[in-house]
Amino acid sequence: MKDFELIRKDFPILEAKVNGHHLIYLDNAATSQTPNCVIDSISDYYKNLNSNIHRGVHFLSQKATEKYENTRKKFKDHLNANSTKEIIFTSGTTHSINLIANGFINSLKPGDEIIVSQLEHHSNIVPWQMLSEKTGAKMKVIPMNNLGELDIKIYEKLLSNKTKVVFVNHVSNALGTVNPIKKIIEKAHRYDAKVLIDGAQAVPHFHVDVTELDVDFYVCSAHKFCGPTGVGILYGKQRILEELPPYQGGGEMIDEVTFEKTTYADLPNKFEPGTPNIAGVIASGVALDYINDIGLDNIKKYEDKLLAYATKKLKEINGVKIYGESENKTSVISFNIGDIHPYDIGSVIDNMGVAVRTGHHCAQPIMDYFKIPGTIRISFCFYNNFEEIDILIDSLKKAVRMLS
Amino acid sequence: MEIIEIQNEIVDEFNMFDSWMEKYEYLIDLGKNIPKISNENKTDDNIIKGCQSKVWLHATEDNGKVNFFADSDAIITKGIISLLIRTFSGQKPQDIIESNLDFIDKIGLRQHLSPNRANGLNNMIKKIKFYAIGFNKKINE
Ligand SMILES: Cc1ncc(COP(=O)(O)O)c(C=O)c1O
Repeated sequence: MKDFELIRKDFPILEAKVNGHHLIYLDNAATSQTPNCVIDSISDYYKNLNSNIHRGVHFLSQKATEKYENTRKKFKDHLNANSTKEIIFTSGTTHSINLIANGFINSLKPGDEIIVSQLEHHSNIVPWQMLSEKTGAKMKVIPMNNLGELDIKIYEKLLSNKTKVVFVNHVSNALGTVNPIKKIIEKAHRYDAKVLIDGAQAVPHFHVDVTELDVDFYVCSAHKFCGPTGVGILYGKQRILEELPPYQGGGEMIDEVTFEKTTYADLPNKFEPGTPNIAGVIASGVALDYINDIGLDNIKKYEDKLLAYATKKLKEINGVKIYGESENKTSVISFNIGDIHPYDIGSVIDNMGVAVRTGHHCAQPIMDYFKIPGTIRISFCFYNNFEEIDILIDSLKKAVRMLS
Repeated sequence: MEIIEIQNEIVDEFNMFDSWMEKYEYLIDLGKNIPKISNENKTDDNIIKGCQSKVWLHATEDNGKVNFFADSDAIITKGIISLLIRTFSGQKPQDIIESNLDFIDKIGLRQHLSPNRANGLNNMIKKIKFYAIGFNKKINE
């Protein structure tokens, strides 16, 4: 197993100075930092491989295509999909959700229902709201309790033969709650509803097996697990993806084109029109290898320790209120201190080199539930350490002294 | 005092502080003494968009001079807006419209504001100038 202190050396940005202080990066749920191997992979691609894939007969194009398709296989294996046809590369979780939501545009009708949860990122609300407006299908919401957990009893009552799609995140980005998605999927399937799971905050932290979950669609973003920005991985069951209409038209996604009619290419190309982010996709595969090399089990164990330590230390500060206290959560802590505005604290500790997120975290319905304008959110990656937590706590105490 | 004099005064004050910490502390103090907007004027129309924190700004005109009142749920934001109020309250609309705002850069505040807050600051300035334009029209009618 890798030593977690040595791992820090793989991330050049962690050497950065901010306002004369060492950067303490605790905004990993927004985006994780990039290790040298991923940065090198992007640079290597443009130095040695750059060419368009799937089209050229020439050496470089074949090489690039091979690497790109090999990356697809890596994700197929990692997520335990049945076939590489079930892995679509997109530009991110947001793109993936829009692609799937759009797929239902012809099949939903007034009287149908779709189900979302109160814990969602706006990315998993708005595309469906747009779908609901266009088709007349009604959107229902699974509520949460004050620990930040979904109410599964009410979910069961929302389900009916009218339910066509359910979309819930695996892990809440704002609170860190790990949702009981296996149960959610199983119950939806009893009514023949399809389920999309937004795994943006899950894939970086623990192992996900789409076959075991029997999920219909599972989506995530590479930039949250040490990969580059602008790459999303979309898993969909082959049978369902085959029935879904394409999202965007263009090159590469066609079989035959005449001005009268176009027939579409097979999976996965049907959903990958145009030139994809080849360098980014290949580098995402390198990022996947990197976290697998450390081992997701090791990562989870270590991050759980960081979470427990930080939670304990935070609670020692007077007036700290933590939002999201499920037993089952990832290394995310959302909190406020007394009635100090989260934005004030965030601004002050930023000047001390501590990077956190403040605000509603693209999850306004959660803030509305707690009747707060927002929270301070710290989120850990495996390169964070206990010393950084001590510095964070110190900075918070200084901020509180200044602001109250 | 003219706007430019007040601005220079503020720049001088901020130059006395060496660290951003002291500047922030000063801002926080200023925020505590802001000319408060009355509750009935805390309307949605008076909210300035583009801030993570809520900011309300209201203005009245009296004898050809504009007076500003504001509030925010975040104290640093309150400090920033109270700097603007100190600069512009009691001034003629025409002078407000013509004023230059580079004093904000001179006090070295902008580099310590997050992009979101800097954006909020720009929107506050816009709103102040809008009020001035409105009152100026009214006075010249
Ligand atoms: C749970 C969740 N869903 C969706 C997204 C959107 O991901 P992206 O911006 O990569 O499309 C995020 C990222 O913030 C997220 O945390």
